[in-house]
Amino acid sequence: MRRFVINVFYLAIKELWSLRRDPIMLFLIVYAFSAAVVMVASAVKLEVVNATIAIVDEDRSQLTARMADAFVAPYFKTPELVARSEVDRAMDVGRYGFVLEFPPSFEADVLRGRQPAIGLTIDATAMVQAGNGYAYIQSILLTEAANFLNSKGIEAQLPIVTAPRVYFNPNIEGRWFSSIMQLVNSIVILSILLVGAAVIREREHGTIEHLLVMPVRAIEIALAKVLANGAVLLVAAELSMELVVRWYLGVPVAGSRVLFLFGTTIFLFSTTSLGILVATLARSMPQFALMAIPVFTTMLLLSGNMTPLESMPTVLQWAMHVSPSVYYVQFSQGLLYRGATIDLVWKPLLIMSGLGALFLAYATYRFRLMLSRAD
Amino acid sequence: MRTPANDRPDEAKSADAPVIATGVGHRYGSTVALDDVSLNFAGGASVAIIGPDGVGKSTLLGLLTGVRRLQRGEISVFGGSMRERRRRDDVAPRLAYMPQGLGRNLYPTLTVAENVDFHARLFGLAASERAARLDRLLTATGLDPFRQRRAGQLSGGMKQKLSLCCALVHDPDLLVLDEPTTGVDPLSRRQFWDLIDSIRRQRAGMTVIIATAYMDEAARFDRVIALDDGRVIADGPLADILAKTGEATLEDAYRRLGSRDGETVAPAFVMPARKPEPGNWAISAAGLTRRFGDFTAVDHVSFQIEKGEIFGFLGSNGCGKTTTMKMLTGLLPATEGSAELLGSAVDAGDISVRLRVGYVSQSFSLYDELTVRANLMLHARLYRLPAADVAPRVDESLKRFDLVSHADSLPSALPLGIRQRLQLAAACLHRPEVLILDEPTSGVDPQARDDFWRHLAGLSRNDGVTIFVSTHFMNEAERCDRISLMHQGRVLAVGAPAELVRQAGAANLEAVFISNLEAAEAASRDTKGPVTAPQPDTAAPSSTPPSSKPHRRWNHFATASMIWTFARREGVEILRDPVRMSFAVLGSLLLLVLFGYGISFDVKNLPYAVFDRDQSIESGQLIDAFSGSSYFDAQAPIRDEQEVDRRLASGELRLVVSIPPGYGADLLKGARPEVAILIDGANTFRAETVKAYVQGVVLTYVAQLSHDRYGPGVSVTLPFDLRPRYAYNQAFVSVDAITPGVIMLLLILIPSAMTAVGVAREREIGSITNFSASPASVVDFMIGKQLPYVAVGVASYLTLFAFARLFFGVPFAGSFPALSVGVLLYLLAATGFGLLVSTLVKTQVAAIMAAAILCVVPTVNFSGFINPMSSMDGVARWVGLLFPASWFQTIAIGSFAKGVGALDLIRSDLALAGFAVVFIGAACLLLDKQEA
Repeated sequence: MRRFVINVFYLAIKELWSLRRDPIMLFLIVYAFSAAVVMVASAVKLEVVNATIAIVDEDRSQLTARMADAFVAPYFKTPELVARSEVDRAMDVGRYGFVLEFPPSFEADVLRGRQPAIGLTIDATAMVQAGNGYAYIQSILLTEAANFLNSKGIEAQLPIVTAPRVYFNPNIEGRWFSSIMQLVNSIVILSILLVGAAVIREREHGTIEHLLVMPVRAIEIALAKVLANGAVLLVAAELSMELVVRWYLGVPVAGSRVLFLFGTTIFLFSTTSLGILVATLARSMPQFALMAIPVFTTMLLLSGNMTPLESMPTVLQWAMHVSPSVYYVQFSQGLLYRGATIDLVWKPLLIMSGLGALFLAYATYRFRLMLSRAD
Repeated sequence: MRTPANDRPDEAKSADAPVIATGVGHRYGSTVALDDVSLNFAGGASVAIIGPDGVGKSTLLGLLTGVRRLQRGEISVFGGSMRERRRRDDVAPRLAYMPQGLGRNLYPTLTVAENVDFHARLFGLAASERAARLDRLLTATGLDPFRQRRAGQLSGGMKQKLSLCCALVHDPDLLVLDEPTTGVDPLSRRQFWDLIDSIRRQRAGMTVIIATAYMDEAARFDRVIALDDGRVIADGPLADILAKTGEATLEDAYRRLGSRDGETVAPAFVMPARKPEPGNWAISAAGLTRRFGDFTAVDHVSFQIEKGEIFGFLGSNGCGKTTTMKMLTGLLPATEGSAELLGSAVDAGDISVRLRVGYVSQSFSLYDELTVRANLMLHARLYRLPAADVAPRVDESLKRFDLVSHADSLPSALPLGIRQRLQLAAACLHRPEVLILDEPTSGVDPQARDDFWRHLAGLSRNDGVTIFVSTHFMNEAERCDRISLMHQGRVLAVGAPAELVRQAGAANLEAVFISNLEAAEAASRDTKGPVTAPQPDTAAPSSTPPSSKPHRRWNHFATASMIWTFARREGVEILRDPVRMSFAVLGSLLLLVLFGYGISFDVKNLPYAVFDRDQSIESGQLIDAFSGSSYFDAQAPIRDEQEVDRRLASGELRLVVSIPPGYGADLLKGARPEVAILIDGANTFRAETVKAYVQGVVLTYVAQLSHDRYGPGVSVTLPFDLRPRYAYNQAFVSVDAITPGVIMLLLILIPSAMTAVGVAREREIGSITNFSASPASVVDFMIGKQLPYVAVGVASYLTLFAFARLFFGVPFAGSFPALSVGVLLYLLAATGFGLLVSTLVKTQVAAIMAAAILCVVPTVNFSGFINPMSSMDGVARWVGLLFPASWFQTIAIGSFAKGVGALDLIRSDLALAGFAVVFIGAACLLLDKQEA
């Protein structure tokens, strides 16, 4: 056992040296955990922001003017008044996300309680904005209509009041979400590529064969790679969390820092092990690249981060359960936003460790198999 | 290889010397490789360059052929200066260069015929000429029966013959071979030089310059140039050099030349005798067999090696020596038979035996990124030396193997001989009882090889270490206590070298070796069908005198055909790699399915719970409004206040509807009760969607209320009727909206990574030299590299498009030709980006990482894939606009959903074309045709 620890330690030191001599790799790590996070956090807006809206106003009344004025920043850009004939062409080139059409004598019909129709054309190709934007517009129009009617002495109120309260991120600030999302994405891409490529490189240079002749076990070699690269990424992730997310972006992150480190460690263990596994399945660097791309893009886009698991078809939900990223998203969202404690997030941590162990065991088995192939 | 006396270098006038080097100097960083070298090479001369490793032999040859960039001095070849690109490209068709290393100018996945054909096309030969020369060369080298075999499956000797065919295919006037027979067995070596001789006989005008580590090879040449420390230390016919040094053989003369003035010359090494101890076996193998598929690499091999004995392993290339050694080390399991090492059966899992064995593999297999000392330290620790012993033992080893002055250098900066010494030092560090050395001296110069063998002798004779070593050098084999001859997986003969020579009645060991191999080949030919023997006399590449060749035509031959040459080769390579092809096309398809189904922005089955503190009929109605919706999935109701926070924090619930006490009564009174809607805000986008859906459910509920109370048609609550129309996607189906984006994502990620690795790989493997030595331009090479990946991208696009239409039923409103034009431009930009990345990095690893990481962020985030471009501003907008993805997204969405015509896409098309031009242009500017 002591031997095992010593071997892994020295092999891991060797990994760190290799990485140190590769400036391009170091640059990419720094970029992925700093500039990439800042860019995505400050620019990716999944909520309704700067939505472009045009209004075809055939009424030109006080009410329609009032409604038009209600579309304000940051949710909407200032509405543009357009003629009906321009609408189709403008939508085709993606100039407007939403077009409102007020019919003639709209105000008068509202006052008479005739429930006039408002046309709302939504560019559905921008899925993210379309649905939520519709709800925003509806609620803005309702409020304005109610205020207008009230000012005319007509009672117009819903019989109940709904008081939405958003937990963990009361002002729905996208930055909080997207910064962590990119952090997770960077961890996934780098951990798989870094470790996997390290294995292939050792294989193409014949050094791994040399190691296997020494009194070192395959598991020790694999584990050293997991630990060394995992440690580098852990430090990078932690620095990114403290310096970029908390300090520079000012995201108020909830939950215990120690627990975040612990969970990230486990996640890195599982993804780096997966990286080794993919590398043992590939015969050359180009093959590895082509195998790794589907693996990490799936882990990024279907982790439940951007689109929650429950919205996916059941089969896919099941399939995605072999991806450690699903559990890391559960863990990190619970911890970082909801301030969950270990008693609430132990399950994803346990499953991630299990998956990691499974990947590593299979990768170790593939190691020798890989070397005994004729090449 | 003697040629008439008028070709003597000393008589060669500069005027008629086709190759003139004056004052050539070359440095790598602070290391001087060549120092003021001036040489003339006469037309039709044959010249051998000898010298220890790292004295600048390869550098000189690289400079002569224009593969390396000239730093100082002047080199003129056939009247053209190698300094000027245009002149260099002009004379390139008259030069041929075969780089160092087995089959370095070959492509392993291409067949023998395809490799030669590629080189022929590279020099613009017409189809009929290509076929004729291919036949002639393959017949001459005896490779004809193996036309359809892939180069990667050839033995080392055959690889070198094929390399030579490739070099000769365009009828060069100057043939430059850099250590062409390193790592090649004696029989193949002899065949190789016979081939060169016969070619020279046919084409007297051809100048041949070679570098070699074999002195017997150098002796075949008219003129021998000895280099040391970047300078010429001897130059002239062999006889002159021998006379000058007063030695009998070139090997001895070389040894004398290598010594500094005043130094006593170390005599050729003679192995001290050893007393045999039969029965005391260190290694014994019985019926050892290894098969790879239906190929038997090692066929029932048996031998026994005494403790302290030096046992040599000789054999043709690919005869199974390495495989046997790997089985003995436990790296490879044996298919049949058994092997014992130091009394215990070889077992891959047995660590204790490994502690007693040292291994040096064929190629350098220590870490290039660790210093010499760090490599040894790592070995010491992994071989479990006590902590206190590590440093002293490493120091001792540095001293013993003369590595002290190199202790802090990186191995990559050291000459081959020293690197091999380092490998031996590492293998001996833990004082093993058995050393297994796989061609440890391949490519090492004679002096360094002698040093190496002195160390081996010390280990065997003084320390009693058993040494099992394979080699291609006969003088090394003669030093072994016993040797074994191996061929095609079988042992042909075992015995003491002198004994074998005596038994065979041969002149020397080489003769024994060759006769044994020839006998075995003849036997296998009888059983395995005809194998045409080399026919050296038909080896004439051309009977026309070289001077009459119309060289000028190279200047103007079509760029298109050159691009096609590169594209064709790359294409064949991709087609031969089913894993890559299937991942590129089917992998994309799989991802389309996954993302098409998986990425969805609808709220479905959202887990929520109700905290009903009223328990009235009215509250029940409100709850029904939620549970009746397919968007929400009810969980167990909440009982107390703490449960709200806990269940939200655990992520179990995304929404809690909290109904206050007295809700029903207040509603009936018209007192507007307040319902709290608590939403999990972890995913902000999701939180907004939930908010919107709740609003919808509440409005429906309110409408229902007023309907129940006031009857149909009357609404006191909603002053207007908002009628949404989802343009381009009436049903608001996620898959329809996502598919164009997924196609956008896949058509950049995969082609760019494939292309990036493509170029970086050629550089790492070294086959890029073919391009450097050819008259092709950087643009030809780059575009040729790129096109096959564009083709893979198009195949992938057609598959994705068909699938999206047929299986997903995604509506397509636009024009297919317009979309296809956009795709083509997009793929050119994507692969152009890959090319650019590949020129900026050195290794394949970095190429993959850079391509993937740099692509993912702008494609996923700033392209309009998830969030629309119109809502982006500042940095995000610029990042989006400065990357091709966003422009193609406009085309894809416009074509699929909006039915936008070709005219409206022109702006995006132009932008994509601009990206392609800029990326490819930058890549071409950055790629250097010559090495430093």
